[in-house]
Amino acid sequence: ARAVNKNEVECLISLFHTLVAKARSHFAGAGFDRTVFRDTLYNAFGMTDDVVLDRVFSTFNRENTGCITVVEWVEGLAVLLRGTLEEKMKYCFDVYDLNGDGYISREEMFQMLKNSLLIQPADEEPDEGIKDLVEIALKKMDYDHDGKLSFADFEQAVREENLLLEAFGPCLPDMK
Amino acid sequence: IFNKTSSSLEDVSESSSEAEEDEQPVRHQEGNTDLSPEYWGVQKLAKYIKGGDPTATVIALCSMRDFNLSQETCQLAIKDTGCLEVLINLLDTEEIKCQIGSLKILKEISQNTLIRHAIADLGGLEIMVKILDSPDTHLKCLAAETIANVARFQRARKTVRQHGGIKRLVELLESSSTGSSYQAKDTETARCGALALWSLSKSTKSKKAIRKAGGIPLLARWLKCSHTNILIPVVGTLQECASEPSYRLAIRTEGMIENLVKNLSSEHEELQMHCASAIFKCAEDEETRDLVRKHEGLQPLSVLLEKSENKQLLAAVTGAIWKCAISRENVLKFQEYKTVETLVTLLTDQPEEVLINVIGALAECCQEQENRGTIRRCGGIAPIVKLLTATDRALLVNVNKAVGASAMEPENMTIIDSLDGVRLLWSLLKNRNPDVQASAAWALCPCIENAKNSGEMVRSFVGGLELIVNLLKSKDKEVLTSVCAAIANIAKDEENLAVMTDHGVVPLLSKLANTNNNKLRRHLAEAIAHCCMWGRNRVAFGETKAVAPLARYLRAKDPLVHRATAQALYQLSEDPNNCVIMFENGVVKLLLAMVGSTDDALQEAAAGCIANIRRLALATEKAKYG
Repeated sequence: ARAVNKNEVECLISLFHTLVAKARSHFAGAGFDRTVFRDTLYNAFGMTDDVVLDRVFSTFNRENTGCITVVEWVEGLAVLLRGTLEEKMKYCFDVYDLNGDGYISREEMFQMLKNSLLIQPADEEPDEGIKDLVEIALKKMDYDHDGKLSFADFEQAVREENLLLEAFGPCLPDMK
Repeated sequence: IFNKTSSSLEDVSESSSEAEEDEQPVRHQEGNTDLSPEYWGVQKLAKYIKGGDPTATVIALCSMRDFNLSQETCQLAIKDTGCLEVLINLLDTEEIKCQIGSLKILKEISQNTLIRHAIADLGGLEIMVKILDSPDTHLKCLAAETIANVARFQRARKTVRQHGGIKRLVELLESSSTGSSYQAKDTETARCGALALWSLSKSTKSKKAIRKAGGIPLLARWLKCSHTNILIPVVGTLQECASEPSYRLAIRTEGMIENLVKNLSSEHEELQMHCASAIFKCAEDEETRDLVRKHEGLQPLSVLLEKSENKQLLAAVTGAIWKCAISRENVLKFQEYKTVETLVTLLTDQPEEVLINVIGALAECCQEQENRGTIRRCGGIAPIVKLLTATDRALLVNVNKAVGASAMEPENMTIIDSLDGVRLLWSLLKNRNPDVQASAAWALCPCIENAKNSGEMVRSFVGGLELIVNLLKSKDKEVLTSVCAAIANIAKDEENLAVMTDHGVVPLLSKLANTNNNKLRRHLAEAIAHCCMWGRNRVAFGETKAVAPLARYLRAKDPLVHRATAQALYQLSEDPNNCVIMFENGVVKLLLAMVGSTDDALQEAAAGCIANIRRLALATEKAKYG
């Protein structure tokens, strides 16, 4: 979190307290919960995907308490807003690794991409299109050919093609 | 608002270097019904680009780059599956990642002529120009690089220009760096902008637009940078635009000659070539020629002649040397570097574009007597004379100049004559092109002057005198001027003058007398002066009304015209009728002023003419009053 300066940290902290004051759960004193978090990220960054937002909350909430503390809040946002490529890669990978086992599996990719095909050809099974897309992604990024993406796979893919940083869904703020 | 006539005018004003691009692109595999494997792969990915959300689209776009996009089957697959249209439509969205992914593909495949045309037809260029307004630098760079590839044919360049592309591309050259520190990001942006401007600058109207958009000072600034990857497109653009006088002026005044000279010593031959080309074009102007010398550019040019395997570089370098050699001080410098000796070695086994420049350079170097001897000693005369049988117009013009220039040396003339050079020159008078005819006639002057037994030699060319006299019917001013000069020389031989008179040289010369062109006047007067020396030619000139126009020449501001005219009038004044005409046309007063001239020949002729007129006046008086 060295990328965020003292002024900015203070702003983030004051934002945190504002949000906490709004929170209605009984953890009010120590932080805020998943619902408040999701609303905030939606309002601030336009993030809408539930699966992704859930995962983002989990990456922020390292203690896994279900409630975000001020430290987790500031450190998490620092990566989102000002992180280096290395920090962002780690962050995105953690978001996409739904079960946290260190690999992004076919099933996890399917979960994240299942709503990505807006126009289906009429003669095709709806799932077939997504399954093919998963295979395409795997072919592109699975360098050690083990049928799943390790962090090393993901990192290499992103280094070769920066656009793949948010390959499975937007989880970084839109720079518009 | 463009109507049909203005667009065809514009086509004419475009640079000629686009001829190859304007043929309709042809597919190589007509009627091949087997679809390539790439076709199916591309089609599958196209499905996600067409029907997927941005996330799916980006995955598909990235995956498509794994195909060999420089291979034609793949490029055509993208077009034939309709994927090209989809890629262009993506550019019109606000999804930056999709735009970037699409441009990365378009940039690669637009190396293909068919694809370029298709992209233009699908309205891709207009969208790419809009993208140049984006705040995302990476996106702008990709758009500029893609425009650089697509704008390789005239219609595409016009489209970019008409949609305001040039102004935006020039803006890419602006940087926030101060002083001489060039930030990597700025350099990359400027490089992409320069690449696009380079492609666009092949059109005359684009050259103007770049200048109006303030591109020149920006290009000048980047020229001081030392990164080759930006220097090449910058110099490439400047070199392309240097066909315009306004650019040549700016290149001079913005101090760019110094940088161009400096980069002649670069390690990159492509950069050296563009610098030499720029100098080639700019050295049309005398001030530039001086600047090249002042910044010590002549030596590196001379040294580069050794890189003779790279023909494009050699053509550019020899061209630069040619034009620089127009200035005498530069010729003297070239002598120090033994440039003439090296040039002579390049007279054989070289492509035409190199030869034209080498010979042009040697012709200019012959201004200096020492070089005329050097060329002979190096065995250069024979290869030059051999080239009198060439067919290329530009080459022939330069060969004629070179032969004429070396013929000023009698020893060279002997060799030229022994190789049949004069006869070859004479037959070039029959060439269809007036530039070739005129340069041949100019070259004949020193040949006739310096050849041994030149009168006999001229007579030995069957039909030669008739041919040259008939050229007085040409409509081309330069041909007329050069032929008059040649005739003046030929007429010094009495026998040949008699023959020319038989062929009607007197009335033909008289017909030309009504001209305001000082160069023509001068050589015409010289021809008349010499043609007076036979039979009743003096009288005939008077009868064919040459005298009154000649009298008017004395009012010209050119001292060479005065001298030649005075000499002609002097000769003509031997006939009393001509004296009367001269007197009536107020010649005496004008000639009186010239009697005081410092030009001896003019003085003598003027005095002689006045004396003749006065003698006649006195005789008339005597006859009247007994």
